[in-house]
Amino acid sequence: MSTGTPIFPPFTPEHDLFRASLRAYVERELAPHAADWDAAGIFPREVFTGMAALGALGVGYPESVGGGGDYWHVVVLAEELVKSRNAGVNMAMLVQAQMATPIINEIGTDEQKKLFLAPALAGEKIAALGVSEPDAGSDVANLKTTARRVGDDFVINGAKMWITNGTRADFVTLAVRTGEVGYGGISLLTFPTDVKGFSIGKKLSKIGNLSSDTALLFFEDCKVPARYLLGEENAGFYHIMTNFQGERLCAAVGAVAGMQQMVDDAIQYGNERTAFGKPLIKMQVWKHKLVEHLTAIEAARWLAYRACDLFARGEPATKEISMAKLFAGDLMQKVVYDCQQIHGGMGYVTESHIARAFVDARLITIGGGASEIMKEIISKLVPGF
Amino acid sequence: MKILVTIKRVEDYESKIKVKPDGTWIVTDGVNYRANPFDEIAVEEALRLRDANMPSEVIAVSVGSELSVNEIRSALAMGADKGILVKQAGWVDSDAVARCLQKVIEREKPDLVLMGKQAVDVDDNVTGQLLAEYLGWGQATFASKHESLESAEEKAKKPGVKLAADKASVEVIREIDGGLETLSVKLPAIVTVDLRLNVPRYASLPNIMKAKKKPVEELDPKALGVDVTPKVKVLKVEPPPARAAGIKVPDVAALVQKLHSDAKVI
Ligand SMILES: Cc1cc2nc3c(=O)[nH]c(=O)nc-3n(C[C@H](O)[C@H](O)[C@H](O)COP(=O)(O)OP(=O)(O)OC[C@H]3O[C@@H](n4cnc5c(N)ncnc54)[C@H](O)[C@@H]3O)c2cc1C
Repeated sequence: MSTGTPIFPPFTPEHDLFRASLRAYVERELAPHAADWDAAGIFPREVFTGMAALGALGVGYPESVGGGGDYWHVVVLAEELVKSRNAGVNMAMLVQAQMATPIINEIGTDEQKKLFLAPALAGEKIAALGVSEPDAGSDVANLKTTARRVGDDFVINGAKMWITNGTRADFVTLAVRTGEVGYGGISLLTFPTDVKGFSIGKKLSKIGNLSSDTALLFFEDCKVPARYLLGEENAGFYHIMTNFQGERLCAAVGAVAGMQQMVDDAIQYGNERTAFGKPLIKMQVWKHKLVEHLTAIEAARWLAYRACDLFARGEPATKEISMAKLFAGDLMQKVVYDCQQIHGGMGYVTESHIARAFVDARLITIGGGASEIMKEIISKLVPGF
Repeated sequence: MKILVTIKRVEDYESKIKVKPDGTWIVTDGVNYRANPFDEIAVEEALRLRDANMPSEVIAVSVGSELSVNEIRSALAMGADKGILVKQAGWVDSDAVARCLQKVIEREKPDLVLMGKQAVDVDDNVTGQLLAEYLGWGQATFASKHESLESAEEKAKKPGVKLAADKASVEVIREIDGGLETLSVKLPAIVTVDLRLNVPRYASLPNIMKAKKKPVEELDPKALGVDVTPKVKVLKVEPPPARAAGIKVPDVAALVQKLHSDAKVI
């Protein structure tokens, strides 16, 4: 048996350097403000430019345009963002880098890349992804916001709900109905938010992800040039579903890193906190509980890495990605519960990371496709159902 | 201007360091390694000086095991132009490091050598001084600056070590007990840097990818004619004494009494 560098996951010295640099930035510049930004319900805009300066928003792109050239750099980003100790910042960055913008690179025109993608990757324009609506979340094919062609323009009417970065987005990668009912009538377009008729209905008050501005958005006779259509008319549903794959993979990878951090913290707290004459961690019940979680987290990690590998190589990966998000998301609910429990009263105080993580963690089984939706997808990809 | 900057692989100060039971060294299993933080400040200063005085070149040099190439790579990712590793496994004392650097410097002929004032592993604080002596060059230790690390000058990444208009000397503001001292040092010279000189940059992904193509040359101390047999012998390594438990005083009067008679601070 030879020793040395493992061949999988394929992290090179460049991935390691990027990880070290990103971690230093996230731990020094972001994490110290985590509780304050949650209390304020927003984080400074400079976080976007700071992350952009590191090249962290363009990680997935080819080296020739400043990216890392492979998907494993995105994995590093999703893992290290967790160390910001702030789920809202984490989410906002992933929306900016991985959810609202890759589609512009894939199917956008040169003009759209120049007007929307480039400034988003530079952190100068804030991006949002507008798919969900008050009456259509899981059921994307049923979305109702319309875009009517009038001459050389689209005229948009409707509402979008739970939109991350919503109160200060400079543009929205927007899903609209341009055709028949159902999935065959949906299109995507790039929507600049300085258009007349656009308004922010309200910033939603949430239980977690507090520093992230999640908003209800209204569109009333908003006129945008028809050339802002992304890709072909009425082919949007396919792109939305493809786009979801990257989002779910980041969610799974981030959840694993988040769980690891929770257990690491729990072990440290268990060492420091004494009760009945010994550190909590020396009690068998806690040792056993935490190593059970570490075992499950390890399994979740390798399932997620397996999905990353398929995705990175362009192989069909929808089943494994759905499984990875389902497994990590559901597991997180148990892990966070126990890690909070060992913190006792401190786990209930919002200055402790675990207290905030407890509410933040609920999002993972709901957002970006609920656990039940993951199960529906998997059952369609496994023969016999 | 040619600037040579030194970078050492050291134990990460965030790792929990334990002393080996036999007291010969520390337990290295499970310890993370990184670039000496003072050296990162030296790299940052070298890059600022280079960028303010183009055309210039920054060479990052490390003396250490083959793993030290990682720290050279991190300097290249920050922006240094090329690397040199003087490859020597095991413990090398500061004197041997200084003599290895002397040979590299005689070959590379830099105008300025920037170094951390000390490495945070053994905290010797002698390599720069020894090197200046071996080379017969001037030196300025503990480089700092008047401006704070929150100042506009710092945000604009202005160098704190300033090259004179005739390029024959540098002005160095150094930390001394109770203040700052300004020196003008004739080039070539050795400058060691202190904590408050600058805030090192974070390597960006594009620069990390560019660093892949930058050359790292490997040299062998023997081929350089340097005998690295340590002159310093480590007799024993001990952990710092555990902090004694505090005491409780019944009231303020007792506290004042203790501060006066035991602690002798009032
Ligand atoms: C903090 C936050 C940020 C968000 N950010 C964005 C964003 O930036 N952009 C965006 O477009 N959206 C965003 N969303 C919306 C999110 O994607 C949706 O909330 C999610 O897709 C679920 O949709 P829904 O809320 O309409 O739930 P519904 O579709 O109403 O579903 C409710 C529940 O019903 C169950 N269910 C649904 N369908 C099935 C089924 N077929 N079988 C069994 N059970 C089922 C599930 O348990 C589900 O949780 C965000 C949401 C939150 C909370």
